Amino acid sequence: MLENIGAVILGLALGFLYRLYLLRIDYRQYPSYPHGYIAHLSLGFIAALLGAVALPALLAKEYAAVTFLSLAAQQFREIRNMERKTLEQLDMSELVPRGPDYIEGIARVFEGRNYLVMLVALATSSLATFIPLGWSAVGGIIVAVVLSRLKKGKTLGDIAIVRLGRVHFRGALLFVDDILIMNVGLKDAKKMITELGIGVVIEPKTDDARATLANMGQRQAINHEVATLLGARKDFAEPEFTPLCRLNTETGRAALFILPVEPDPELAVLAVRKVPVLESAIRRPLDTIIGRKASD
Amino acid sequence: MQGEILHNIIAIVTTNPKSVGGGGAPIFYAANEAEREKIALYLSRILNAMVHDLENGTYFLTHH
Repeated sequence: MLENIGAVILGLALGFLYRLYLLRIDYRQYPSYPHGYIAHLSLGFIAALLGAVALPALLAKEYAAVTFLSLAAQQFREIRNMERKTLEQLDMSELVPRGPDYIEGIARVFEGRNYLVMLVALATSSLATFIPLGWSAVGGIIVAVVLSRLKKGKTLGDIAIVRLGRVHFRGALLFVDDILIMNVGLKDAKKMITELGIGVVIEPKTDDARATLANMGQRQAINHEVATLLGARKDFAEPEFTPLCRLNTETGRAALFILPVEPDPELAVLAVRKVPVLESAIRRPLDTIIGRKASD
Repeated sequence: MQGEILHNIIAIVTTNPKSVGGGGAPIFYAANEAEREKIALYLSRILNAMVHDLENGTYFLTHH
């Protein structure tokens, strides 16, 4: 076992660094909780260790150790529950909630990251068992880069054309272009909405994208993301100013209405383009014969 | 989303008493449009409810 200690340490180090790197890029989903970082880094460390010792333990014929490894891997399922519970609790005091679909997606990502870390550590330590440490470090980094590419999800900008829409009233009904948003009663609210409101029209590029946009969870995620990035001019007990994303079922277009703190229309469009497409909202009717026939 | 009472009409504010009657929600009669706006605003902020306009002189409040 001793001759493999270098491989284990290298695998552990690379795996842990990869976890650190992944934490860095999820600032938006997990805004600055130092204690959250510690929890994820320690679990990432354990995941890296598990991955790193797997092959050396097998080679040393430590079968009991390998069995324990698989047991330990079960623990990572708990991460999903932990994240989901935390975010659900926090969501209750959000003025513009994330919604259950978005939370589920984030929780799944956090669980998945530990398996990615395990894979990177496993690959690195396996390589290091057979080839020099320097080269296996390079190999580990390549594996990490490839995995990051693979897991990168789409954003709304990829599946839809996002552009500005005109916010206007017809009587009491608020429209963004031709898409009905809601009925607003109070005259002051209407005045404020016409002065400061921003409308963004999201036009799906394909029928697959249309089905994704029809998902309520996806639209709630749009509301939340844009409200997070631009701010929502809204307090408790001001339901008129809640950002809303509504659908025109005839064209499949969706429209977001928001009263941002930063009234910059161009930024609102950029923010909508950057909203992640939720895994749970992805639909592929075009992959089936029925879906393709129905679309023409 | 959580409870069944959420989508009930919780209050009605009107300047046109003929347009509304009966039902379970309290009706507030306003003398003019300005008063209707004021009552509706107060109720909305106190009850965290949305004011909708039926465009016949009647507003109603409901939770969303």
